[in-house]
Amino acid sequence: MAIWLTKDSKVIVQGMTGSEGSKHTRRMLAAGTNVVGGVNPRKAGTTVDFDGTSLPVFANVAEAMKETGADVSVIFVPPAFTKAAVLEAIDAEIPLAVVITEGVPVQDSAAFWAHNIAQGQKTRIVGPNCPGIASPGASNAGIIPADITPAGRIGLVSKSGTLTYQLMYELRDFGFSTCVGIGGDPIIGTTHIDALKAFQDDPDTDAIVMIGEIGGDAEERAAEFIKANVTKPVVGYIAGFTAPPGKTMGHAGAIISGSAGTADAKKAALEAAGVKVGKTPSETARLMREVMS
Amino acid sequence: MDLFEYQGRDLFERHGLPVLGGGVAETPQEARAIAERLGGKVVVKAQVKVGGRGKAGGVKLADGADEAEARATDILGMDIKGHTVHKVMLAETADIKDEYYFSYLLDRANRTFLCIASVAGGMEIEQVAEEQPDKVAKVAIDANEGVTEAKAREIVTAAQFPAEVADQVVDIAVKLWQTFVAEDATLVEVNPLAKVGDGRVLALDAKVTLDENAGFRHPDHEALVDQSAVDPLEQAAKAKNLNYVKLDGEVGIIGNGAGLVMSTLDVVAYAGEAHGGVKPANFLDIGGGASAAVMANGLEVVLSDPSVKAVFVNVFGGITACDEVANGIIQALALLSERGEAVTKPLVVRLDGNNAEAGRAILDEAKNPLVERVDTMDGAAERAAELAFAGK
Repeated sequence: MAIWLTKDSKVIVQGMTGSEGSKHTRRMLAAGTNVVGGVNPRKAGTTVDFDGTSLPVFANVAEAMKETGADVSVIFVPPAFTKAAVLEAIDAEIPLAVVITEGVPVQDSAAFWAHNIAQGQKTRIVGPNCPGIASPGASNAGIIPADITPAGRIGLVSKSGTLTYQLMYELRDFGFSTCVGIGGDPIIGTTHIDALKAFQDDPDTDAIVMIGEIGGDAEERAAEFIKANVTKPVVGYIAGFTAPPGKTMGHAGAIISGSAGTADAKKAALEAAGVKVGKTPSETARLMREVMS
Repeated sequence: MDLFEYQGRDLFERHGLPVLGGGVAETPQEARAIAERLGGKVVVKAQVKVGGRGKAGGVKLADGADEAEARATDILGMDIKGHTVHKVMLAETADIKDEYYFSYLLDRANRTFLCIASVAGGMEIEQVAEEQPDKVAKVAIDANEGVTEAKAREIVTAAQFPAEVADQVVDIAVKLWQTFVAEDATLVEVNPLAKVGDGRVLALDAKVTLDENAGFRHPDHEALVDQSAVDPLEQAAKAKNLNYVKLDGEVGIIGNGAGLVMSTLDVVAYAGEAHGGVKPANFLDIGGGASAAVMANGLEVVLSDPSVKAVFVNVFGGITACDEVANGIIQALALLSERGEAVTKPLVVRLDGNNAEAGRAILDEAKNPLVERVDTMDGAAERAAELAFAGK
């Protein structure tokens, strides 16, 4: 079992006919994901062949859901069209929308989030600017490589893609229940806290790796949540201890402004909540090994 | 992107907000001309993207063009907290009766926008919030509903603006929100928003941050970039579409994925503690799906930094296949020497993940004396720090 994404999940891809969308649809299918179709209003009614799997293209998310029973959408459309794509997914009330697109204006993210709240939060949004969700051996919604690790009993939640891969790789002998990349933008749909809560409630997850980075106070809030609500062991890692203030480090949200958002503050908050925090990815993996053995 | 005050003022003016007449000067002569145009008393303000310029002597009053020229001469070239003053803004003076504070900003925690308003303006709002928390109103703004007149009245009431300025502040609140949305800002701050002698309420300062992700719908924002502050290496990297930040160390860093690169900076800095205190020279993320060509561009930028003594290439092959990265490195080095650029700095390469074995084999077979392969991130950081210290 896993959180949010299981072998029964039926996945559609918004932007399936684009270059990124088609590349990753192929990869998701190869990973055993039950991809059931795509959305592109200009190509509705056609089909696309992926190494022998023929997938129908629908005019919109609602139609795709009606025809296929899809309950997950992975969104690969360019930044200028992302807001419209997410609004469409929300209006169709799809349970899970994973927004991979990088470079979405923050006012657009704020707008689709506000719309989701107004509509009663029927859609879980992950991202934007995230690698997606992988439940190894079951399903893969996004761009996380499927072959790094087999299924296991560690849950992982992270702001960063490649750091996720690094930790999955270092702990591949244990395996993972679900790995969630929540993205590094200032406004994101699913937070560390949402994932921690789901992992705490998941009977097939024994321990949790939480990866954060500089900027904002999401890790501090996650620490408070852990203190009050999480009884499973959590091991943490924060990137950006040596990052200078005022410089954006790759992710739009990764910036130390004033005294807020430093890695040291995040580490201290997590440790005060009983989380073991590694100084490097390899030390973090070691700490998790101790927990698991 | 943070704007200078004069850029924010211009933006406010374009969106119909009440501001004082003003202009920006790069020389004392230009300052004189602006002072003549404005007439009478003017204020000369250093244009730096850092707070506390008043205390540092970067804001002076001048009575007439002669004095304005003299004050501009004093202020231009000043150093304010490490920022050199290249421009001064001249503005009409105002007979300030009351100072208020007004801003819209991104509220990350609540995934929406926030209005902060206070009748105790003129000083740092953090200080007001600490000393007189009841004087600071925080009102959440729904991103889709925005600031209507009704919302603006709610803000004005919450912040306890006096009745005689309420209508003016409502109008400013609505227009400032329109500016915030129209320009894709993540912060607009007016401190002080002032009531002046004749009863008008004016925006006497402007702090604006624009969202660079929204650049595609604002081609005019490109002109607001402060070229004097852009590092030449950062400029070269930007031209090649690379995500590069110049830092002040000796170990060049290339990696894939923002988080992994940030983590690499940390690991190198820790390793450097044992090797003469060497530090990372840059942040360079060549992206999750990096190709050989991108690797070549990245290496070119990092190697052209004279303070770089050794380079650490740290790649975890997720989508990227490590054999492609290895080929990219070898091709990049060949390309650079073809261009006549003598590559003499050692490279430490760590490849892990997708096709790592094949990638490592390619590096071994190339037998390039400058390229050293280390298979763990910590070990490679250690070696890169050691080589950088030896090369100093």
